[in-house]
Parts: sequence; structure tokens; C-alpha cells
Amino acid sequence: MDDRIILRVGAKILIPYILLFALYVQFHGDYGPGGGFQAGVIFAAGFVLYALVYGLGNAKKVMPPAVVHACGALGVMIYAGVGVVTLLLGGAFLDFTVLAHEPEHGQHWGILWVELGVLVTVFGVMVSIFYAFAGRRRAGP
Amino acid sequence: MVAIVQITLLALLAVTAFALLRIRNLFAVVMLGGIYSLVSAALFTSLDAVDVAFTEAAVGAGISTVLLLGTLALVGREAKPRVRRPILPLFVVMVTGGVLVYGTFDMPPFGDPANPANHHVAPRYIEESPHEIGVPNMVTSILASYRSYDTMGETTVIFTALIGVLLLVGMGPSPRQLVWWGEGNQEAESSEVEPEAPDG
Repeated sequence: MDDRIILRVGAKILIPYILLFALYVQFHGDYGPGGGFQAGVIFAAGFVLYALVYGLGNAKKVMPPAVVHACGALGVMIYAGVGVVTLLLGGAFLDFTVLAHEPEHGQHWGILWVELGVLVTVFGVMVSIFYAFAGRRRAGP
Repeated sequence: MVAIVQITLLALLAVTAFALLRIRNLFAVVMLGGIYSLVSAALFTSLDAVDVAFTEAAVGAGISTVLLLGTLALVGREAKPRVRRPILPLFVVMVTGGVLVYGTFDMPPFGDPANPANHHVAPRYIEESPHEIGVPNMVTSILASYRSYDTMGETTVIFTALIGVLLLVGMGPSPRQLVWWGEGNQEAESSEVEPEAPDG
């Protein structure tokens, strides 16, 4: 591991910017291309890069498998939860206009939360699948 | 100019696809798959579908290449040599491809405002979404608000994919299972070793 110093330092420089770019894609999705799905994949790519360079064991210390499994479910729950909240506020399921006083603000809030749910699920699922494949050892000799 | 770029990209796609078919080294196949996705993303960008291009580049060229490399570390790098010449499958594929190409002759011209796709709900989205939703990126307002049910379904599908992968590939053996199989605890410790470097 120690002989790949350029790779390690390069990854260390890149990873914060990858995560930051994911957040940009997430929160700029209303104005430019991007959204929860792409942001989740990019966010996961940051952790996958970490796991590839620093080893799976270290990556599992940073982001434990139990957490990413839970993220996969949590995102769906956030998404459906927004729908339940709109139901409780007197609207239809996933009708965001009731989330704020102005219908347009309600739409903004709804889109924000829903995209967050997509981000969390996609991130959790991508990292979990990577862990599942990378954690297996080659069968046989 | 745009036509030249698109023809070049389509030619690159065809070349990559033929190379994918011929090469037996699986590492090269995975890399060519990533290149294929990246060229597709460039093609989508030239068609002004930037959101689709973004997804293709992030998922097709990024994550799935890494996942396939992780799989490659498990299964080895060379495809098994082919035992016989697949004449019949080739014939079936040629006929199907020919029928599909014949089907495109009935397609409406590309980018024509009179196309059916530009008439159903699209005008309403374009006219109403700026003051109904107020989000400049119309793709986001359609995906997240007008078709929120669909997107919830998609999120659930991704979650279901996770459950499927975890059930099939597994979360790695739990210590309890190992005891049950009679393999002891030292196996549990060594199961945390790093995977082989995919390129090594």
C-alpha cells in the first residue's frame, strides 16, 4: 500500500471536491442539470474511490455497512414521508402545494425533500452494492 | 456542424460496440463499456438532453464500471474460448436488427414540432410550470413534482435492487453463520481483507 503515495495523496485531494460537487449537483438541480439521482451516484463515487485507494476495511470504518444499508431504506422513507405529510396537511398524496402558504414555495419545499430522499437512497444503495461485491473473495484457488 | 459531431459520435459507438464483441480480455471489455457510456453521454449532450447525459456519465461510465471491475476481481480476466460458431444467433440478431431499422422508417422526423411527443402534455408543462412550480429546470419540476409518483416508484426500485443484491451476493458471512458452518472465528477476521486490486 505504501508504494502508491501519488495515488493516495491524489485521492485525498480529490475526494472532498467530489463530495462537494455532489452537493452542488443536488442543490443546484432546480436550476441546472442534475438532481438527487446524479448527486447520490457522485457522492457514492467519492466513497468508492476512498475504498479503492485506502482499502475496504478503512472505508467500512468511515462509512459502516449498517449505515449505508439504513440509508437505502431511509431515503424511500423520506420520500414517502413527504407524501404522508401532504396527506396530513389536507392535500393529495405528494401534492406539494400544501407544504407552505404559497403554492410555489410549497412546491420548492416538496422538491427539496423528495430529492433529498432520492439522494440518500441512491447513495446508500450504490455504496452497499459496492461493499457487497468488493467484500467477496475469489471462489476457489 | 452538429450533424458532423453526431455522426462522429455514432461511428465511435459502433466501433466500440464491435470491439466489445470481439475482445476476449474482460478487463478491456469493462473499460470499453465505460467508454461506450461516455460516448453515449456526449451524444445525449449534443441532443440537448443534459440531465440524461449526466446520469449516463455518472452511472454508466462511473459506478457500473467500478462494480464490474469489482466483479472481475472475483471471476478472472479472460473469457472462456468459444466452442462453436454461433450462426443461428447471428441470423436472429441480424433479422431483429433489420426489423428494428425498418421500424424507424415510420418514425416522425426528428425535432419536428408537429410530432406527437410535442403535443400531449409537453405544451402544458412548458407553459404552466414556470408559475405552477417556479423551478427553472423543467426536468426537475416534471420528475419531482408532476411525476412524483413515478419517481417514488423508481426510488423504491433502486431500494429493491439493493435488497436483491444483498440477498444474492450477501452481506458477507456473519460470525454466527460461520460458527454454524463450523468454520470458526478466524475466518470472520480474515474476511475483512481487501479485495484484489482490479488492475493487478
